[in-house]
Amino acid sequence: MDLTLKIWRQENAQAKGGFKNYEVKGVSKDSSFLEMLDVLNESLVDKIESPVCFDHDCREGICGMCSLYINGRPHGPDDAVTTCQLHMRKFSDGDTITIEPWRAKPFPVIKDLVVDRSAFDEIIQAGGYTSASTGGVPDANATLISKYASDLAMDAASCIGCGACVAACKNASAMLFVSAKVSQFALLPQGKVEKERRVQKMVAKMDELGFGNCTNTYACEMECPKEISVSNIARMNREFLGAKILSGEKV
Amino acid sequence: MSKQRTLSSITKKVIMSLAGLFLIIFLLVHLGINLFLMPLTENHQEIFELLAGFMATNPVIKVMEVFLFGGFIIHIIYGLIVQFQNWSSRGSIAYKSGSKTKTTISSQYMIHTGVLVFLFLAMHMYQFYFMKLGLNTTPFVDAHGHPEFYNVAVDLFSTQPVYSVIYIIAFIFLGFHLNHAFQSAFQTLGWEHPKYTPCIKTVGLIYAIVVPLGFIIIPLYFMIMH
Ligand code: FES
Repeated sequence: MDLTLKIWRQENAQAKGGFKNYEVKGVSKDSSFLEMLDVLNESLVDKIESPVCFDHDCREGICGMCSLYINGRPHGPDDAVTTCQLHMRKFSDGDTITIEPWRAKPFPVIKDLVVDRSAFDEIIQAGGYTSASTGGVPDANATLISKYASDLAMDAASCIGCGACVAACKNASAMLFVSAKVSQFALLPQGKVEKERRVQKMVAKMDELGFGNCTNTYACEMECPKEISVSNIARMNREFLGAKILSGEKV
Repeated sequence: MSKQRTLSSITKKVIMSLAGLFLIIFLLVHLGINLFLMPLTENHQEIFELLAGFMATNPVIKVMEVFLFGGFIIHIIYGLIVQFQNWSSRGSIAYKSGSKTKTTISSQYMIHTGVLVFLFLAMHMYQFYFMKLGLNTTPFVDAHGHPEFYNVAVDLFSTQPVYSVIYIIAFIFLGFHLNHAFQSAFQTLGWEHPKYTPCIKTVGLIYAIVVPLGFIIIPLYFMIMH
């Protein structure tokens, strides 16, 4: 298939940036979106032009490194997949595809389609540690956890931190990401020890970094490649309010 | 940056949602009274005036009025603060390809419907509340010089079609606002539950249709009768 790509090019964080059009020919329908970009980049290198920068790592949908805002949707037109798992068969021959970086103030562009998502790392760091007993190896079943709670915690923990929620949100809110990270611990007995402290710290960090306020439009949930539920946001609100009202600890 | 944000994003939203829920209850009370502008019963005018008089003089209601104004002001001010922060968080460069995510119309345009409803509210306050305070005059006064709201309202709806149309449009916007607002308030307060949330969403949708429709029927009735 032959495609026209409209790609955001930006030399560095300070540069202005703009769209540039590229033609790619003979793309296999079975290739992934990133493989299609590899083909483009090889042709650019052959022409001694600078290749298009984009983030990626595992290319199997588990690391959260790939991004790209493709034709008006983070991770492109398919549901519940990352860009690396998006296949070109989702497009048609002759299509024009617009590719943009994540847009949000806390995610500044570094170069071309690569944005700095270290704001997410800062939020995780703000969450702090979880206490654990040391000593001999504990029995695997020493801590009882209900199947229901463990399922919910596992669902929340499947967040790969790609930032699609922020990219999709009209408010650039990070609530889905933060709530998933808060929930995965708050739901389990191991995470309960510091849960009041954790939620307050992470929310404060999220606000400080300049992410927007959630207005419950749920674009995040619709675009999340891991289908993280907005019920996590409600849980975080509960956890946060509970901590603010009941915990006297200064954080 | 953190120094400027005195309240966390969640706290601000919780305050907004509580104020909003309070306004939702108030709206129902207001509709209950307004419906008596229409000849629902033989003595509908007396009932309307009795209720309006009760709302104007009862000390408990007087206290509630303070809360009501507070509710409006808090809801509006926090709505604006949150919105300005959100625009700033989005950054200065918009997506060229727009957004193809299928979020609801109601949720996308909360600030727009909110501002339009506020403009209507300002006009409404000028016409009725200022009249009550004596800052705006009307030919419809009783023996004590107090405005007769029944006659003021009926006169407006019967003789001023422009006002009626503005009134109807404002309530359509309010309907869209409420459709998102109702369930959103519960989500913000953390009241999310696999059993109750679908129910809350349905009640919100019914409320957002029935209550504005109730208000809209009144000017329609008078427009058709004249
Ligand atoms: S590259 Fe790892 S999730 Fe896409």
